[in-house]
Amino acid sequence: MITLGDYLIVSGILFAIGFAGVMLRRNLIIILMSLELMLNAANLSLVAFSRFRVSPAGLPNYNAQVFVFFIITVAAAEVAVGLAILVALFRARQTTDVKDISELKF
Amino acid sequence: MPPFLFWLFASLMLVFGAAVVLNRNPVASALSLVVSFLGLAALFMSLDAYFVGIIQVLVYAGAVMVLFLFIIMLLNLRAEEGRRINWLAATGGIVVALILVIQIFSVIGHFQAARQTFPSLERSTTDDVWNIGALLFSNYNLPFQIVGVLVLVATIGVVLLSKREPR
Repeated sequence: MITLGDYLIVSGILFAIGFAGVMLRRNLIIILMSLELMLNAANLSLVAFSRFRVSPAGLPNYNAQVFVFFIITVAAAEVAVGLAILVALFRARQTTDVKDISELKF
Repeated sequence: MPPFLFWLFASLMLVFGAAVVLNRNPVASALSLVVSFLGLAALFMSLDAYFVGIIQVLVYAGAVMVLFLFIIMLLNLRAEEGRRINWLAATGGIVVALILVIQIFSVIGHFQAARQTFPSLERSTTDDVWNIGALLFSNYNLPFQIVGVLVLVATIGVVLLSKREPR
């Protein structure tokens, strides 16, 4: 049978993949995608705990699912703002590589 | 959900998640991310969280990914070529990620509840959306409105950021 720990381990590995993406890649778009992977790993463990803590009425704990709803909303807003900053940056410098934008002033 | 399907979708999600990081072409990364999110939505459904699974497909695999692909096409990004890998940074990143995985494994190994299977659910008279919606509009009414303001601010910010400055 599938235990709670299996879901938590899958979620942890997904988080580590996203973290490695932020550390390794230099393309800003890929870094944003890796951030999304990390947020989704958190969502997976929240939903797993929600299913694990069944209420006396026999329903999953919906508080965690409401929290996941909020995370998805904030993540969508974050992607929109992040990509807008990326477009503004690309207009100014014609690059999305973090190595080329290491100066504070240009 | 049978264990076979759990491992199928979990490995699908992890393999394509790794493909996001490893691909050199941004378009291939974005498409791998779609598959990864679909696997994650299947895992949500396996946990009886149907509303969250549907939202995952609609918002992530739909809206967010279209936004990513649109920006990649707009900026006309190509695959990075000829850039040498900085081996010091690469090994550093992989080592830190591996330490994180080992840490997570040891924490879950010491966590008693992690060895238990999921308790069974009763048949509910109301459905998933009803239950989440009732909670959202009663207990979490104030956070819900704050998130609404946040999305409005994000919209205004995006419009301001992408407006060309008059010269």
